[in-house]
Amino acid sequence: MIDTVLLPLAGGALIGVAAAAMLFLNGRIAGISGIVGGALGLPRGDLSWRLTFIAGLVSGGLLLSLVRPSSFPTESVASTPMLIAAGLLVGLGTRLGSGCTSGHGVCGIGRLSQRSILATLTFIASGATTVVAVRALGGF
Amino acid sequence: MMSRASAFAAGVVFAVGLGISGMTQPAKVIGFLDFFGRWDPSLVFVMGGAVVFYFAAFRWVRGYGTPLLADRFRLPDRTDIDARLVAGAAIFGVGWALAGYCPGPAITSLGALSGDALIFAAAMLAGMLVFRTVNRR
Repeated sequence: MIDTVLLPLAGGALIGVAAAAMLFLNGRIAGISGIVGGALGLPRGDLSWRLTFIAGLVSGGLLLSLVRPSSFPTESVASTPMLIAAGLLVGLGTRLGSGCTSGHGVCGIGRLSQRSILATLTFIASGATTVVAVRALGGF
Repeated sequence: MMSRASAFAAGVVFAVGLGISGMTQPAKVIGFLDFFGRWDPSLVFVMGGAVVFYFAAFRWVRGYGTPLLADRFRLPDRTDIDARLVAGAAIFGVGWALAGYCPGPAITSLGALSGDALIFAAAMLAGMLVFRTVNRR
């Protein structure tokens, strides 16, 4: 109950607060793939807020690892080739599809964007299908 | 300067939210996608909590003409459904399920010095660069 409902709700609310703050203060959508992908493009004058947001994410991770180490897995869940394949697909797919879990799944749905609702249903469906396929092939 | 400080603070809060909610545990994320096995509903509550808050905040914030620390709102204005959107989301979903990481939790986990997240994030950046290169042609 605590791990599957209350903490997810509390964490989700914090994510909503952070995303709303980015909108209210910076006028930006808090979509991680968009922020990171945009930083790679080095657009003029548009880089610093992206890098400081990313630095904030990493700092938050560092803080969590000190205060609440149970937030992170103690052992690896995927092999190195699997991690590389997964990362490549996530990088490519989020840029092609203009967003990820945060940009489409939180901000887009929060704005009632039809594009984001469709994208979110699509990546959950393809993810679920992938889990079934990997299990059938003997993975996980 | 202030806009950079606010972006940093928002990043910290975002990361803490991801960590508390369980999204920096790849096994938990894969458990959510495992609808036909031992399904873990956590992500429903994470997205639910975030979306409900953001939905309310969005309506309120849009009442203001401009953001507090920037000259204007920069919001997506596309409404068309195209093949790139669906194909991109489908590709992302496959990668998400293979490792249990999406971009936010992966970058957050870099702060915890996770080797898995480092490999994943490096490959993710490579994937983004591949897209940029191909997309320019």
